Amino acid sequence: MSLTATAKAGPRSPAGPGPGPDDGRAAALRRTWRKASPYAYIAPFFTLFLAFGLFPLLYTAFVSLYRVELQTSGEMEWRGIANYTALFTDEFFWTSLRNTFTIGVLSTVPQLAMALGLAHLLNYKLRGRTFVRTAILLPYATSVAAATLVFAQLFGKDFGLINYALGLVGFDPVDWQTGTVASQIAVSSIVIWRWTGYNALIYLAGMQSIPHELYEAAEMDGASRWRQFVHVTLPGLRPTIVFTVIISTIGATQLFGEPLLFEGSISGGISHQYQTLGLYMYEQGWGFFHLGRAAAIAWVMFVLIVVLVGANALLVRRRARKEAGR
Amino acid sequence: MTALAAPPAAPEKDGPPQTPPPGRRVRRGGAGRTMKAGWLSYVILGVALLISAFPFYWTIVAASRSNADMAKVPPSLLPGPNLIKNFEQVLDEADIGKALLNSLIVSGSITIGTVLCCTLAGFAFAKLRFKGRNALLTLTIGTMMIPPQLGVIPLFMLIAELQWVNQLQAVILPGLVSAFGVFFMRQYLVQSLPDELIEAARVDGASTARIFWSIVIPIARPGMAVLGMLTFMTAWNDFFWPIIALSSQEPTVQVALRQLGGGYVNDQSVIMAGTLLGTLPVLLVFGLLGRQIVGGIMQGAVKG
Repeated sequence: MSLTATAKAGPRSPAGPGPGPDDGRAAALRRTWRKASPYAYIAPFFTLFLAFGLFPLLYTAFVSLYRVELQTSGEMEWRGIANYTALFTDEFFWTSLRNTFTIGVLSTVPQLAMALGLAHLLNYKLRGRTFVRTAILLPYATSVAAATLVFAQLFGKDFGLINYALGLVGFDPVDWQTGTVASQIAVSSIVIWRWTGYNALIYLAGMQSIPHELYEAAEMDGASRWRQFVHVTLPGLRPTIVFTVIISTIGATQLFGEPLLFEGSISGGISHQYQTLGLYMYEQGWGFFHLGRAAAIAWVMFVLIVVLVGANALLVRRRARKEAGR
Repeated sequence: MTALAAPPAAPEKDGPPQTPPPGRRVRRGGAGRTMKAGWLSYVILGVALLISAFPFYWTIVAASRSNADMAKVPPSLLPGPNLIKNFEQVLDEADIGKALLNSLIVSGSITIGTVLCCTLAGFAFAKLRFKGRNALLTLTIGTMMIPPQLGVIPLFMLIAELQWVNQLQAVILPGLVSAFGVFFMRQYLVQSLPDELIEAARVDGASTARIFWSIVIPIARPGMAVLGMLTFMTAWNDFFWPIIALSSQEPTVQVALRQLGGGYVNDQSVIMAGTLLGTLPVLLVFGLLGRQIVGGIMQGAVKG
């Protein structure tokens, strides 16, 4: 609200009440209001945005330097970087950091690769195109909670359908809950299932904005479909690919619901084998009541995202430069 | 990304606002438009569809059987007769009815509020000139890149201070803030609202409020509808913030599902029945408006 108040006051002074008839004053007033009124349009959004979006975002860094307990969150005791040093000496922090990374790779890479393939197929002239597009997006409409509960059931050790199907083709049942690799694959598969269709549509949109002439030219040069895909589609899709990589990286870094609900345990399995940073933060903050420590984890996650996104951007830029040089 | 980073982006190159109906577009689209899909494409897509749909089918199967059925070794792949009984049990044990109502209240308010706030702000950013416009827009869009988890702890302290823990407004008010929504509505209005229309109305002596009400809103309606659907789905499915701000006494559906899964109920078919109940409303929205949702997502995508 303060935004509107200052905004209204601000531009009024330069306009100034000119010496003139009453009519002129009314016009000046209207002009002033026209200058100020845009702020009235953004005020509802920005009031909420400042209170519930921006302020918490910045305040987290501050909280991470204090000892704050859940039950007495009003009392804050200065700790300096002690929250961080405690974090870095906790083996479960490193476990969750490693898990976040491996689950991130296990879920993001196949997801985006399959999405690219699906988008390519969807870009063909296809019967029932709208139906296929809609159906492939269906998993996106479910919640993390619902999807995870269903998958946890399917991945059950003794009566799960997946182990049953594996048994039919001669494999031993896999312990999807306690095995480290197995449980991480299971958790990743939930992510892959929910997001592949979404990414495929994003890629499809990108593919449709590639000018048709490029394909015609490639075809005249005798390029096969595969070469067209590699030399026309992929370069044309680069901004879209960068976009999805960044979005998926951010999503993977904050993975939370899937590992929490996969078995219902807050520690991500008996030996923390699939506890992610997001879940570790929740455990510290709302399991052990250390809000200050949790804020430190949030801040580490943020730095991690910035580093990963930066590295990705750098990588892409370098590749682009290399290709331009060719 | 590029489109995100540069506010005066040029998605306008996509041609006049609403060209032909989304079904057929002329001279757009890559190789596919000329090439027919071979049988192999159909097979692969068929398998992909099967994989997307199977968990839904399985939920129905499991929700309509008894717990004993679920532990049989050749598992039954067809729905059984226990659906109603399992539904009754979920309503009984986990109070899913209250959770559904809460979710409806939360998602409904968030949807209405977000669409209004974001249309107002989107219009200002798209068509009005004011000091600090670009800086504010960049700030808003910039926060889209920052994960919500970063702000959750101070946000929790804030609602604890206000004594809102366990009250629905703790979930509703922060939900009204959507940087994506502002960005989306801005892009939509930049494309579909001609400047001349606003100027003509100005010449006729219409105030900005009048212009907003009788010109912007009617033109923005399709965009508002898409944003509304996306917002509703996101709000309905939101998990992280509700489980922090709410508890078992005042749950949304997602919070209730967590209780079901967390050993609250130990009956697999009852858990699946609850999952089904929690998913049905959003599937209904999706079934009715899936086309527009697909269109909205593709519209929001970054194009090369």
